[in-house]
Amino acid sequence: MSKRLLILVSLIIVASMILSACATTATTEPGATEAPVVTEAPAGGFTCTDTIGCVTVAPDEPVHIAYAMVISGSDATLGIDSRNGAEIAVSDKGGKVLNHDIKFDGEDDLCSAEGGQAAGTKLAADPTIVAIIGTSCSSAVRVAMPLWSAAGFSVVSPSNTAVDLTLLGNENQHPGYLRTAHSDSVQGRAAAAFAYEKMGFRTAATIHDGSIYAEQLQQVFADEFMRLGGTVTARESVDPTQTDMSGVLTSIAASAPDMIYHPIFIQAGVQIVRQARETPGLENVTLMGADGMFSPDIVEGAGDAVEGVFVSSPDFTKFGPDYEAKFKPAYLAKFGSEPLSIFHGHAYDAMNMVLACIEKVTVKDEDGTLHIPRQALRDCMYATKDYKGLTGNLTCTPTGDCADPKIAVYEYHTGEYPPEKVWP
Amino acid sequence: MLKRWRQTVTWMDIVVWAIGVAIGVAIIYGTIVTLREGRYTTGQWINLTIDGLKLGGIYALIALGYTLVYGILRMINFAHSEVFMSGPFTAVFLAKYLNNIGFYNAHPIISLILITLLSTVVSTTVALLLERIAYRKLRYAPRLVPLITAIGASFFLQYTFRGLYGNDPETYPNMNFLKGMWNIGSITVPKIDLIVILSAFLLMLLLYGIVQVSKTGKAMRSVSEDKEVAALMGINVDRIIVYTFALGGASAGIAGILYSLIFQQVHFYMGFVPGLKAFTAAVLGGIGNVVGAWLGGTLLGLIESLGPNLFLSGLGIPAANQLKDGIAFAILVFILIFRPSGILGERVSRTKA
Repeated sequence: MSKRLLILVSLIIVASMILSACATTATTEPGATEAPVVTEAPAGGFTCTDTIGCVTVAPDEPVHIAYAMVISGSDATLGIDSRNGAEIAVSDKGGKVLNHDIKFDGEDDLCSAEGGQAAGTKLAADPTIVAIIGTSCSSAVRVAMPLWSAAGFSVVSPSNTAVDLTLLGNENQHPGYLRTAHSDSVQGRAAAAFAYEKMGFRTAATIHDGSIYAEQLQQVFADEFMRLGGTVTARESVDPTQTDMSGVLTSIAASAPDMIYHPIFIQAGVQIVRQARETPGLENVTLMGADGMFSPDIVEGAGDAVEGVFVSSPDFTKFGPDYEAKFKPAYLAKFGSEPLSIFHGHAYDAMNMVLACIEKVTVKDEDGTLHIPRQALRDCMYATKDYKGLTGNLTCTPTGDCADPKIAVYEYHTGEYPPEKVWP
Repeated sequence: MLKRWRQTVTWMDIVVWAIGVAIGVAIIYGTIVTLREGRYTTGQWINLTIDGLKLGGIYALIALGYTLVYGILRMINFAHSEVFMSGPFTAVFLAKYLNNIGFYNAHPIISLILITLLSTVVSTTVALLLERIAYRKLRYAPRLVPLITAIGASFFLQYTFRGLYGNDPETYPNMNFLKGMWNIGSITVPKIDLIVILSAFLLMLLLYGIVQVSKTGKAMRSVSEDKEVAALMGINVDRIIVYTFALGGASAGIAGILYSLIFQQVHFYMGFVPGLKAFTAAVLGGIGNVVGAWLGGTLLGLIESLGPNLFLSGLGIPAANQLKDGIAFAILVFILIFRPSGILGERVSRTKA
């Protein structure tokens, strides 16, 4: 009896592991949430003619803008940093838009499909939300966006970089979605150009962690690297929470590449950086990550192994003059630290774009009641042209790519953050 | 002979055997192809083996906690993975403090002893509190009750420690004298790996000695044979159970420090995967059996680190290393099908079955 029970328990554990592994691919049907609330014409005589409805804000109510970012776990600095950026945009406005308070709260996207599902469902059920700043991670928005799109929200992400999110006709491109972050097709190509042209590398191996961000980024990198004339010797993948990397690294060492491109996140990234230095054959191989590894946690976690590791990231020196003069001091004053990660500027711009469009499209009654037509808000955001933001001149494409992408490559040194800019 | 065989073997057995043979053939074929290709040098194979032994040693130390408790109480202490997490997650703050005042690298041995001591004490305390608060009352309850309680206790502990220390990962500072490589002949081995393998092995030996030779160990074994008779012989069963939990907790605490010396990052969720693997190791070796825990742990570590590169890449599977957990658990399933009591099995007395 006891043995049978034991076997049963073990089998259940194995089965649950398999099921949970499958769970990431299981997305919900879009449109499962309630339809957007169409406001009835109030006494003031306003009639909502918007195709997907309006949000009515009573005179004493705040305008509700939500965030969905990763604010816990090992990638928390990414999300908290973006949230801080958006909060500075709010306080620059004195916390008010059209004489109404701005209510800025939200959910944790956990940087995963599961988190995106939870945050997506919860926020989609709140009809007072006008717009969402988020998500932090592409995996999360893939699941959440169908819900938010159906709910009529305008969504601006400061840090989703996956290519397919703004690719016309793609199943992951939804109406109402925009981003101020660069697409990975830009970042991956920049990384390949740096590796091939600046460093003169001819062979490279890639590691991804199964997230769409990492998978697409290494794909873009590999395509571009091969187009330039290089060879991709190995393509491996790890688990985002994996600790022991020896198998992967030995397998890569056997193909003897000049460099390893690992556009993954902090937790697994730290272990790769640490263990690569101890793997025979990889002691002198160049390591390169992407913006997901641009964080003080890498410097702390990897110790002296971080010396000489490259990461690509938005080029802060190309940001507008207000970045050094106004934004950074405001950040320091409000949060007591230098920016924690890299997408604070993008979040700042995202929030400002949303607020500017709210001001443009809102119909205001005499008693101070606001009517925000949802489709008009989306149209206004998509029509953004030559907007002078912190991160550059933003012009949105019809599918919502608003970034003015300027990518640079940075090099880490032991115990130093931020890393040093080395290219271009 | 053939007739008897026909009577005892069912179609199900034949199907299972066929699958087993197919997998065996695939493994052997993959291995031959990989070795023929000569993708990896001998040095790389040795390094992978050392890596497997290192992980295996840690799994074995954790597995010991599962196995001892199962041997005595016939329950699976799923909260043991949190016993493993609690020690190193607490000791990291001491390590950081020692590093800040410059003591850590000036007196590495003393620091190492101090953090190991703290980790062991915390893990043991958590194990003892678990036994006293969560399990003692349920000792004569139906077997599913303590099992569910253990899972609940596991979550409770995880989120308690998250509440205490936050959910960001903490990093152990570098210990300089553990860094670097040793050259043995033509191969280079990280110092830390050999140290971990050696200490894990010596600890297992020590714990085995305690269970086999010491008086309390003998009492433990007799309680695991038959609680009532042991009590009649004048053994204080309660005290022996407490002692068992303490022993499991202490070995988990030390395993935690060995784990942190290798991977350096600790967080509240760190116990989950190693705990699951250690449980697998205990089942693989034959739960309730100390030598089995060591054998199962070592085997699991080796399969994990060698398996993907050895036979999966030979079969032409891309990015084979992401399947290492899959291999480990698939092998568990097959061992359970063919040998339900694990490799070494349990010295089964009638009351246990």
